[in-house]
Amino acid sequence: MSKLPEIRNYTFNFGPQHPAAHGVLRLILEVDGETIVRADPHIGLLHRATEKLAESKPYNHTIGYMDRLDYVSMMCNEHGYVLAIEKLLGVEVPIRAQYIRVMFDEMTRLLNHLLWLGAHALDIGAMTVFLYCFREREDLLDCYEAVSGSRMHATYYRPGGVYRDLPDKMPKYKPSRWHNEKETAEWNAAREGSLLDFIWNFTERFPGRVDEYETLLTDNRIWKQRTVNIGVIEPERAIALGFTGPMLRGSGVAWDLRKKQPYEVYDKLNFDIPVGTKGDCYDRYLVRIEEMRQSNRIIRQCVEWLRKNPGEVMIDNHKIAPPTRVDMKEKMESMIHHFKLMTEGYCLPPGEAYAAIEHPKGEFGVYLVSDGANKPYRLKIRPAGFPHLAGLEELVKGHMIADVVAVLSSLDIVFGEIDR
Amino acid sequence: MADVTTLHAVITQRFSPLIKNAVIAINELTLEVPPEHLHELAKALRDVKELEFNMLIDVTAVDYLHYGLSEWETESATSSGFSRGVEASNFTTKKSTHQPRFATVYHLLSLTQNHRVRLHVPLEESKLMVASVVDLWPSANWPEREVFDLFGIMFTGHPDLRRILTDYGFIGHPFRKDFPLIGNVEVRYDATLSRVVYEPVSIEPRILEPKVIRDDTRYAAGEPNA
Repeated sequence: MSKLPEIRNYTFNFGPQHPAAHGVLRLILEVDGETIVRADPHIGLLHRATEKLAESKPYNHTIGYMDRLDYVSMMCNEHGYVLAIEKLLGVEVPIRAQYIRVMFDEMTRLLNHLLWLGAHALDIGAMTVFLYCFREREDLLDCYEAVSGSRMHATYYRPGGVYRDLPDKMPKYKPSRWHNEKETAEWNAAREGSLLDFIWNFTERFPGRVDEYETLLTDNRIWKQRTVNIGVIEPERAIALGFTGPMLRGSGVAWDLRKKQPYEVYDKLNFDIPVGTKGDCYDRYLVRIEEMRQSNRIIRQCVEWLRKNPGEVMIDNHKIAPPTRVDMKEKMESMIHHFKLMTEGYCLPPGEAYAAIEHPKGEFGVYLVSDGANKPYRLKIRPAGFPHLAGLEELVKGHMIADVVAVLSSLDIVFGEIDR
Repeated sequence: MADVTTLHAVITQRFSPLIKNAVIAINELTLEVPPEHLHELAKALRDVKELEFNMLIDVTAVDYLHYGLSEWETESATSSGFSRGVEASNFTTKKSTHQPRFATVYHLLSLTQNHRVRLHVPLEESKLMVASVVDLWPSANWPEREVFDLFGIMFTGHPDLRRILTDYGFIGHPFRKDFPLIGNVEVRYDATLSRVVYEPVSIEPRILEPKVIRDDTRYAAGEPNA
C-alpha cells in the first residue's frame, strides 16, 4: 500500500512590498492549494500618529496633516476636519466658500476615483486605462495648483471658509527646448480664461472620457471574468461590517451622506446616487463610474453658481480668520489679530463634536474633543477605508489568490488614512 | 435627518436605568453609560425598532489626564513669558478637571432612521475593562484592537485582542497622555551588528506653541469684529 503524501495548508506573506498591496500592507494568507482559507491583514506600517501629533499643535497646523491621510483625496480630508472645528466654534461659512468646497470635494472625488480606476485596472491587467486616467488627473491637479499653489497637499480649506477666492487666470505652459510654441499653444487653449472657465471646459470633455474608459472595460470579457461574482457582500453584512460609500452602495444600499445628512450646499444641488445590485467587484466598479458622471454634474452646477455670485470666501471674524495683508499694514487691531493667530491660534469652547462627510471612499469622520485650549485635546479620525480592510477576510475567503488582488483593489485602500 | 430632541426623549424614557446622563450639545446626543451597562444598552439600541442603530461607525477612547490643564498661565500677569522651544512641562502638580481618567467612546448610526448617537463610557484607571461589542457589530473588531493598542483598555469577549497599529514588540500605549510625543525608543541600522537596533531616544522633547486655555467667550460666534 502506498503512503499518501501529507498535505498541509501553506501560509505566506503578501506584501508589505507588493505593487498590488496598494501601499504597505502585510497580508498573511493561508491557502489550501490556490484557495484562500484565512487572510490576516497586518497594518500600521505607515502609522505616523497623526492624531497624537495634532494634540501638540494649534488647530490650523493640523490641516496640512489631513492632506497626508488619504493622499489621493486631499481636500475631502481637510473638509471633515474643518467641519468639526466649525461645529465646535459655531460659525457659519459664507455661501460662496460652501460652493467652492463642494466643487473641490467633487473634483477630489474624481481624482480619487480616477486613481482607483487606473490602479484597479492595472491590478487586473489592463494597462491602458491607467494612462488614460492619469491624463485627466493632470487637469484636476492643475486646478488644485491654481487655487492653492500645491498640486496635492493643498491645505486650502480653513475653518471659516477657504484660503482664498478662485483665481482669475490659469497658469500656462511655456515653450521650451522640448516643446515648441505650437505645442504649448495647443495645451494652453483651455487655459486662456479663469479657473472656472478651465473647470467648465474640463466638465465638457470629461463625460466623453468616461465613455472611453467604459469602452475599454464595461463589456470587456476578461474584465467581467475577473470581477463579476468576485468578493460579493450582502447588504446586511456590509452594514454590520461598517462599510460605507461605494462599498455599501455597491451592495444596493442607497446611503449617501450628501443626500441623507447634507452638509454645505449639497441639498441645493441635483445629483443621483447610483447603487449596485449584487455587491461584487463589478458592481462597485459600475457605482464608481456612475459617481464620476454625477460628480461632473455637481461640478457644473457649482461653476454656474460661482460665476454668477461673487462674494466673500472667508468669515469676517478675525478671532478665527487672519485679516488681509492690507489691513494688517494699516490697522493696529488687525496687526494684533494676525500676531495672536499666527503664534497662538484660536481657542475652541470646551466640548466635543463629530463631523462626517461623504468622502470618495465612504464616511470620513472627525471626532474632536476640546478642553478650551488652542490645540485639540483629542482628535480621532474615522477613516473610511479602515472597516473595509477589516472586512477583507470575509470577502476573499474561498476565492483564488489572484482574486485577492481584484478584491483588495476594489476596496479602494489607501494606507495613509488606514494607518494614520 | 431625525430630530435629536425626540431621540433624546425616546432613549431617556426607555433606558433611564442604564444611562447615567444624556446630553444634547451642538445637535449631537451623547449618552453617558456605566461600563457594566454598556453591552445591554448597546444591544437594545441596535434591536429596538424605532432606534435601530444598525451601524457602529467607530470605537475610540479619550485619556483625560491633562484635561483642562494649560502650559501657560494666562489669568494673571507674570514676569516670564513663554519662549519657543522650551522643555515639555509636566502636569503632575496639577489635577485634571475631568474624572475618571479614561473613557471609551462609541459612535452609532442608524441607516434606516437616519440618526446618530454617541456613547461615553467612563473607565477608572484601576479597572480598564469594558465589554466588547464585537458580537453586536462585527465592525467593532479592529477599532477595539486599536483602542487596546493605543490606550491599553481591555475589551472582554473580544475574539482577537492583538495590537494593530504599533510595531511588533512595541512597549507602552502611545496615545496615553503620559506617553511622550517623541516616544521612548528609536531604531537604526547597526552596520557592525548588521541588524536593526533599538535605542533610547536621543532628541529632547520641546514645546513650540504652548497650550493655552482662554475660557472667556471671545471666540464665540457673533462677536463684533475689529
